[in-house]
Amino acid sequence: MNAPAIPMTFKCRAHDAVHDAQLRRNFRGAMDFLMAKRAAQFPDGDELERLRSFGNAVRARALSKLPELLERLETNLTRNGVKVHWAETVDEANAIVHDIVRAHEARQVIKGKSMVSEEMEMNHYLEGHGVDCLESDMGEFIVQLGNEKPSHIIMPAIHLNAGQVASLFHDKLEVDYTEDVDRLIQIGRETLRRKFYEADIGVSGVNFAVAETGSLLLVENEGNGRMSTTVPPVHIAVTGIEKVVENLRDVVPLLSLLTRSATGQPITTYVNVISGPRKAEELDGPQEVHLVLLDNGRSQAFADSELRQTLNCIRCGACMNHCPVYTRIGGHAYGTVYPGPIGKIITPHMLGLEATKDLPSASSLCGACGEVCPVKIPIPAILRRLREENVRAPDDEPRHMRGQGSKYSRAEGLAWKGWRLLNTSPRLYRLFNLAATRLSALTPPKLGPWTEHHSAPKAAPRSLHELAREHLGED
Amino acid sequence: MSAKERILAKLGRSLAGTTPIADDYDQALVTTPWTYAPEQRIPRLRELLEAVHGETHLTTTDGWPARVVDALSARGIDELLISPDTPHGQQFAAHIAAIGKSVRLKSYDRPVEAWKDELFFGTPASLTGTLGGISATGSLILWPTTAEPRLMSLVPPLHIALLKASEVYDNLYSVLQAQSWAEGLPTNALLVSGPSKTADIQQTLAYGAHGPKELIVLILEDA
Amino acid sequence: MSNGTSNTASNATRLAPPLAAARTYPEQKPSDVYLFGTCVLDLFFPDAGMDAIRLLEREGIRVHFPQGQSCCGQPAYTSGYTDDAREVARAQLALFARDWPVVVPSGSCAGMFRHHYPELFAGEPDTLKQVDALSARTYELAEFLLEVCKIRLEDRGAPVKVALHTSCSARREMGTHVHGRALLAQLEQVERVDHDHESECCGFGGTFSVRMPDIAGAMVRDKTAALKGSGAAEVVSADCGCLLNINGAFEKQYERLRGEHLASFLLRRSGGKADGGQS
Repeated sequence: MNAPAIPMTFKCRAHDAVHDAQLRRNFRGAMDFLMAKRAAQFPDGDELERLRSFGNAVRARALSKLPELLERLETNLTRNGVKVHWAETVDEANAIVHDIVRAHEARQVIKGKSMVSEEMEMNHYLEGHGVDCLESDMGEFIVQLGNEKPSHIIMPAIHLNAGQVASLFHDKLEVDYTEDVDRLIQIGRETLRRKFYEADIGVSGVNFAVAETGSLLLVENEGNGRMSTTVPPVHIAVTGIEKVVENLRDVVPLLSLLTRSATGQPITTYVNVISGPRKAEELDGPQEVHLVLLDNGRSQAFADSELRQTLNCIRCGACMNHCPVYTRIGGHAYGTVYPGPIGKIITPHMLGLEATKDLPSASSLCGACGEVCPVKIPIPAILRRLREENVRAPDDEPRHMRGQGSKYSRAEGLAWKGWRLLNTSPRLYRLFNLAATRLSALTPPKLGPWTEHHSAPKAAPRSLHELAREHLGED
Repeated sequence: MSAKERILAKLGRSLAGTTPIADDYDQALVTTPWTYAPEQRIPRLRELLEAVHGETHLTTTDGWPARVVDALSARGIDELLISPDTPHGQQFAAHIAAIGKSVRLKSYDRPVEAWKDELFFGTPASLTGTLGGISATGSLILWPTTAEPRLMSLVPPLHIALLKASEVYDNLYSVLQAQSWAEGLPTNALLVSGPSKTADIQQTLAYGAHGPKELIVLILEDA
Repeated sequence: MSNGTSNTASNATRLAPPLAAARTYPEQKPSDVYLFGTCVLDLFFPDAGMDAIRLLEREGIRVHFPQGQSCCGQPAYTSGYTDDAREVARAQLALFARDWPVVVPSGSCAGMFRHHYPELFAGEPDTLKQVDALSARTYELAEFLLEVCKIRLEDRGAPVKVALHTSCSARREMGTHVHGRALLAQLEQVERVDHDHESECCGFGGTFSVRMPDIAGAMVRDKTAALKGSGAAEVVSADCGCLLNINGAFEKQYERLRGEHLASFLLRRSGGKADGGQS
């Protein structure tokens, strides 16, 4: 995988993104739209808070018995005729998919939307083995056509406007230029319908894997998820090991939270519950259904009870929709499959902190993400924790994360020790204040990055300590 | 060790000495806010379906076939995919015969592989039953069967669904309970809440992405 | 729903804390309070600190300002230097020994006392007791004036339109954006105007603004543009970090608008200094 090199350039990408006026407009407009849609779905703040707590409890309960639920899931899926595979790494997961592809001599794979398949870079992998891998979600299709990556986990092509899609379709599909969205979607429909018809294998993600019934639940609006999981003779679902829930009824609060938080819909057009391959008497559906359960660093997050909360995520994208940083730079600047706040806290487990060390710092810790998270992941607290892991001495024990200590700097550590000394020694602090106030005129006009956007701050002539002492006496 | 054993061992080690969180399921929270007076159920379902471009009509057990004929002729469609093995399929066939209208009835009576081309490119409309509806979200419940397979409600551009008024439930939780979903699910169970749609281009809603472009729900008030 | 994990092992899967009940406030105004001035205010906005003291004194409260105070520890805490933050926090703890309320003219530092000190000292049961007690008697200034002092402000100023920027911690950790609004609403001639994306962060975020200058710069440019676009003649905020950020950006842009601390604005509008003119 070459992905680890990408996040290293986070600051460069962010720099370019904030200066791209079109991109800024596209994202601001889209995020405002999604925030308003979500808000309209939760008119009752009390219901929202209680439901978020409920969602949190359902996810936490599942994680509190994850090994047992995964085994129950496998048992029940197997009983239903679904073949379950386990993969620790993306390479293993790709190899499993490739084995299935080879066994069926498949040439064409059609994909429903799956972020885990993005983690695996499955398209790239399969294409390297001579297999066509086509995205069928309209947003994913557009992104693939433009040789890009998704910029949002729910709305992959959100960085493009209709005009940009029109140009893309005109260039790549050789159709007449039109910015009419209905027409553009019909072009996508016609192109992809033929592909559903021809595909040998359908690939999908999973929104919830239900241990109790051995079922895979998928939500979507377009119907491409149903197509991908019904038309081709083989269906391969790929998902993370954390996606399991205990009982079918647990899906009820999570589904409500997911669709309302993600796109502000009471429910998606389709909720698709798959519990097995085609039975002998049935006339359609795949002959084979496979589930690939992928770890890819999740078990590292799981090992620490604070970081484990990251795995509550139901991938609604509300954290990015409400994030002032994501709104400014868009999804691509992160250079990771999962952008935005959730990306900052999950990706370090997938790629290691050395490859993602700038991500935890790219937040003002404003708390908007944690406020809207439907399963109450304390994202700001976890970002702070990752900063701690980042600056830990590299040989520090215990080892919580791959790449911990990647931002360790002796000089910065010493600077904080100095800061600590200053702030724990009243006399030193008083002396410092005296110097800062009396020598305020000597403040240099340029103070590193701060003065790119601000004038240099000048200390007041006298500190509050002095003024208060004068007014109130020593205390 | 296999990948499975290694993953489970890691997860197990991380939970050593802990006990699972108890199941404190808050049933009231997923039912009480989503409970309706009987006379509100259908209006709410219709309102939500129509908000996402679903078409709904109130009709009766005797009256619905004429509605279907009207809907088809309004669209210039002269054929319909319908199951001859369901009571509603038989009723519609009888209706067509009685009025002498030329609607060609097709049935999904062989595996998809045997007629995929026609299903995909030569079947403009289908009619299926449902297992009920959900007021809270404006949803139809479908459990595809051999008589009405999965693709019947997905591939044709127009899907007409029959919904019995007596089978409209308040919310998903009550459906799972009333229909005992956890005790046995079909290969595929579905909630359908409108025609296929997407907002993937500049948040502009467009209907007919990959599934039906139109969904007509005929609500049988006396059933 | 459960009120905690079903076991107390440190590796137990965590549940979100139970929904907090609304904060209850003492019936009686206290005779004495501590003021924790905060380090940014100390150096850059000391007048705001004095104005907070005068507002409290005008309410008949004796204000104590322990001279040993420095910083709440937040800069190190949010930068991941947890041990350094803890020691600075420990130094503050010792200064507020009496059971008087601690009033903080900053939502962000008040949030540090109330919500993050208990996290910092979670591993020290004895200190934690002290920390919990401190946390329980810590108030953000606007909250304290409104809910505990039940202050009544009489507006003596000319009609003016004011935009209120609330810091993210004041809004999300302390819930005090409502208090700032309520205090401004008491001033008859003051019309509070909304600004675009009002609840959005100004881009300060402590060290964030120097670590990620491009992003933080874009955020503060949008914030200052929104404040300018609101039609307000004055900008008010109860957090000096935000004020440092917003005012520094205004100055860089050669704008005349400046943010003022809420304490200074309230005091100025409602008749100035405390009776007795100690200052």
